[in-house]
Amino acid sequence: MKPFDYQRAADTRSAVAALSRQPEAMYLGGGTNLVDLMRLGVATPAVLVDVTRATSEAIEESSGGGLLIGAAARNSDLAAHPVVRHRYPMLAQAVLAGASGQIRNMATVGGNLLQRTRCSYFQDIAKPCNKHRPGSGCPAREGDHRNLAIIGHSSSCVATHPSDMAVALAALGASVHVEGVEGTRTVPMPGLHRLPGDEPERDTVLEPGDLITAVELPALPYASRSRYRKVRDRASFAFAVVSVAVALDEADGVVRDCRIALGGVAHVPWRATLAESALRGAPATAEEFTRAADLELAGARPLPDNAFKVPLVRNVLVRVLSELAS
Amino acid sequence: MTTTARPYVGTALDRVEGMEKVTGRARYAYEHSPDELAYAVPVQASIARGEVRAIDVQAALTIPGVIAIIWHRNAPRLAPADNAELSVLQSARVAYRGQYIAVAVAETLQAAGEAARSLSVDYAGEPHDTELRADHPGLYRPEKVNAGYPTDSEHGDPDAAMEAAPIRVDATYSTPAEHNNPMEPHATVARWDADGLTLYDSTQGASAVRATLAALFTMPPANVRVIASHVGGGFGSKGQPLAPVVLAALAAKHVTRPVKLAVPRQQMFAVTGYRTPTIQRVRLGADVDGRLTAIVHEAIEQCSTIREFAEQTTTPTRIMYAAPNRRTTHRVVKLDVPTPSWMRAPGEAPGMFALESAMDELAIACGIDPVELRVRNEPDADPESGEPFSSRNLVACLREGARRFGWADRDPTPGARLVGRTLIGTGVAASTYPAYRSPSQASARLEPDGRYTVRIAATDIGTGARTVLTQIAADALRTSPDRVTVEIGDSALPPATLAGGSMGTASWGTAVVRACEALREQVSRSGDLPSAGLEAAADTKEEIGAQERFSRHAFGAQFAEVGVDVDTGEARVLRLLGVFAAGRIVNPKTARSQFIGGMTMGLSTALFEESLMDREFGDYLNRDLAQYHVAACADVRDIEAVWIEEDDPHLNPMGTKGIGEIGIVGTAAAIANAVHHATGIRIRDLPIRLDKLLR
Ligand SMILES: Cc1cc2nc3c(=O)[nH]c(=O)nc-3n(C[C@H](O)[C@H](O)[C@H](O)COP(=O)(O)OP(=O)(O)OC[C@H]3O[C@@H](n4cnc5c(N)ncnc54)[C@H](O)[C@@H]3O)c2cc1C
Ligand code: SF4
Repeated sequence: MKPFDYQRAADTRSAVAALSRQPEAMYLGGGTNLVDLMRLGVATPAVLVDVTRATSEAIEESSGGGLLIGAAARNSDLAAHPVVRHRYPMLAQAVLAGASGQIRNMATVGGNLLQRTRCSYFQDIAKPCNKHRPGSGCPAREGDHRNLAIIGHSSSCVATHPSDMAVALAALGASVHVEGVEGTRTVPMPGLHRLPGDEPERDTVLEPGDLITAVELPALPYASRSRYRKVRDRASFAFAVVSVAVALDEADGVVRDCRIALGGVAHVPWRATLAESALRGAPATAEEFTRAADLELAGARPLPDNAFKVPLVRNVLVRVLSELAS
Repeated sequence: MTTTARPYVGTALDRVEGMEKVTGRARYAYEHSPDELAYAVPVQASIARGEVRAIDVQAALTIPGVIAIIWHRNAPRLAPADNAELSVLQSARVAYRGQYIAVAVAETLQAAGEAARSLSVDYAGEPHDTELRADHPGLYRPEKVNAGYPTDSEHGDPDAAMEAAPIRVDATYSTPAEHNNPMEPHATVARWDADGLTLYDSTQGASAVRATLAALFTMPPANVRVIASHVGGGFGSKGQPLAPVVLAALAAKHVTRPVKLAVPRQQMFAVTGYRTPTIQRVRLGADVDGRLTAIVHEAIEQCSTIREFAEQTTTPTRIMYAAPNRRTTHRVVKLDVPTPSWMRAPGEAPGMFALESAMDELAIACGIDPVELRVRNEPDADPESGEPFSSRNLVACLREGARRFGWADRDPTPGARLVGRTLIGTGVAASTYPAYRSPSQASARLEPDGRYTVRIAATDIGTGARTVLTQIAADALRTSPDRVTVEIGDSALPPATLAGGSMGTASWGTAVVRACEALREQVSRSGDLPSAGLEAAADTKEEIGAQERFSRHAFGAQFAEVGVDVDTGEARVLRLLGVFAAGRIVNPKTARSQFIGGMTMGLSTALFEESLMDREFGDYLNRDLAQYHVAACADVRDIEAVWIEEDDPHLNPMGTKGIGEIGIVGTAAAIANAVHHATGIRIRDLPIRLDKLLR
């Protein structure tokens, strides 16, 4: 491993200042992704700026009736929080569906959002990959891509974003509080992550030195009727093959409103806006659910070995919508 | 320690080193740190075939703490080896991607790692071929297959019998490459001194490592000492010395300091062996009552270009079922791939997936219950050699399993049980594994204080070997286990066979019993105990060479209940039951762990395990446990193993058959058969991933 310096930032300002001063520095959350990537030689920071004390661990109700989650909140604490469990069950389910108990105890909310793809070429620096070495090529397209994207990908990258939590946050329309050299701002979810285009090395819209300080959930009363369903190759401790996060507001057999996001299908947690608008005002029936799913998936461009994800997403989406409706 | 009345064989004695292990006092190879220690990090080839022209070591040597970069230009010379895998850094040739081409040695692990990464290697690459295909022009017939079995066998006229059979199954099954992945990676601490070489090594057989390393470094075996007190699993991958231990010894020699080398998990997917992928065609011909008239089982597999390893995939088919006409074959192709090796039940595990899936297909084709079909084809004697079975209780296992599992009520119709959105099905398959035994030596000593010490270079790779040998010795000495200390895991002890082939207990136990018997005789002859104590030794070479001719095998039956999600294709095993007949069970506690451990690994094989060959780069892509899935706890919901006691006088003094591997044999077929029963979909290509079941 390349030698590196470790610094602990006392507050957000000094964290941001530390990064702007030292261009080869990176923020460190729980380290469960970054340290692995350092061991593999994929990430080679000269300095780690630990931000687990600089940012908050608190999870508090916000003035607008939502929830403010400090960037340093551990994944386990987020999933166990009573307000999360009752008002945003899909979020608690998504977090608990990820990784293992030990990793969730370490992992922070900020780090989880910025974890990197699990594409196997990306994790092996002896191979080309546009994401770890821009311009070197994308072997996944011809090689192994079973777990990669079916929608929104580009000729330069077909990776997926691996976070479960981010899928629920995208469905809920969370906003990400960011502090940068220029000051603070909020970035909406979806919108934090970006499609690969011809710059696959950039996972998000964040600028160098931007620090995530918190994630805010809006008030969304009907999200108490929500669900996260993760399809995976083994029963636990596996990244999603695909996943869906759904919140449904239904009355008298009619969909009043809904939120749908898909995981394991794109470079971003994929908000299914086409399906959502098709369902608003529609009867809450399996036929309508299928129609909405097909509408969303019409834009899918799967590769040979992940074409199965198209019917898989359709099946799971229809299933979860039906379960929530009944 | 328990001190119930004799015999102790058959009792659930706790692991004798259990306390040491849970308190962290038990030392594994990597935990030994002699003075002046240096750390080694191996460097792997990043081409699949060709030559290393040059390595630029300048940048690496400037990293603080770096001691040496060793590659073929400056490596110490080794004596030529039969197994070219052992000729580490001896030539410029690269036979597969991931092969060791250099090693960085430094004061710290981090510096060594950074040095290894900063090497710039100039290759002369050549086109590679890493794809196993049934029609590969390079397929050939090896001289023999692993464990010394004949490559092919043929009896009667299988082709004509197939032609004439009213009921036929003709299907091709395939299994992927699989990697062993023991919890403890391969690790060695190597130290040279005036007496020669000492290795703390994570190995399944200290005696074999000593012999191999002595030959490579041209020394008498007495100058090599291999210590493997505790080993965190091996599953065959530590059964024979491979490149890492040689590299550690070579690096220590070059830098004239002790060297510590652990194989990183990522490297294990190239250098420590794996199970070859297989393509197997099975043809079964039967009469309308399901009586087999022909069995043909043909396997295709791969090995590397530098070492032939031909797995004995179809050998279980030679003993399973009666049929007058039969053929089994093996064909291998040498590819630019890492060298495959032993992985728990090499041969039996993939071979029985194919045979036992085909038997299920035959049961359906005949309209006969799959348990009944197997019973109907039970042979009176070994169907190929004609030798009598020393004991064979497959039928009893099937019947007992069927009773416990509730098989009698099973409706054979596939795809007929939908609970919520889950299709449920059940399946059965047989298990088998040979009861081998290999020569070993042991000594037994009565100490002046009246305690006993038994010595043998056996290995406990986590199975409980030390514990069961203590029980066996206690019985043979007519004493209690707390009065016996068994010393193992050191090549300085009387040489013994490796922990492999499920033959450890049978082989070591025989030597231990004979040494203890000899000691008792001495004690009864000598009257008073001399102040130095008394000692006796035994060598079982003759005894084993002279054993009667029998067909010796353990058998079992596995029953699986599987649920398949209709919408997602996710298959989960709801229940798994194994019933085994494996001679006498020495320790029910450690035996249960072996059985359910094997079955868990079988479940893992059925549903998850798959090493993906990347055609462009020519290596196995999934290189860690996040990418190479093995069963997690949540995948193993309800697992049970029971056994039928056998009283078999033709085995060894303990009456045991091996139990380390049989648990993995047949599980995948039982699960695949259950998946078919649940869904009507026959998966002939492992693993049973959800995309194969998605409709
Ligand atoms: C074996 C394994 C299995 C896993 N399985 C799953 C799974 O099934 N589902 C799933 O969703 N995840 C899974 N994960 C990933 C896990 O969720 C992430 O590793 C974890 O959430 C990352 O959080 P962290 O705090 O440890 O981040 P770190 O590793 O510390 O950081 C990750 C990235 O975020 C940056 N960063 C950290 N904090 C901030 C901040 N406040 N502002 C700006 N940048 C920041 C770091 O610089 C780094 O680039 C798995 C991980 C492992 C190791
Ligand atoms: S999909 Fe993206 S991450 Fe994977 S190899 Fe291609 S460029 Fe790299």
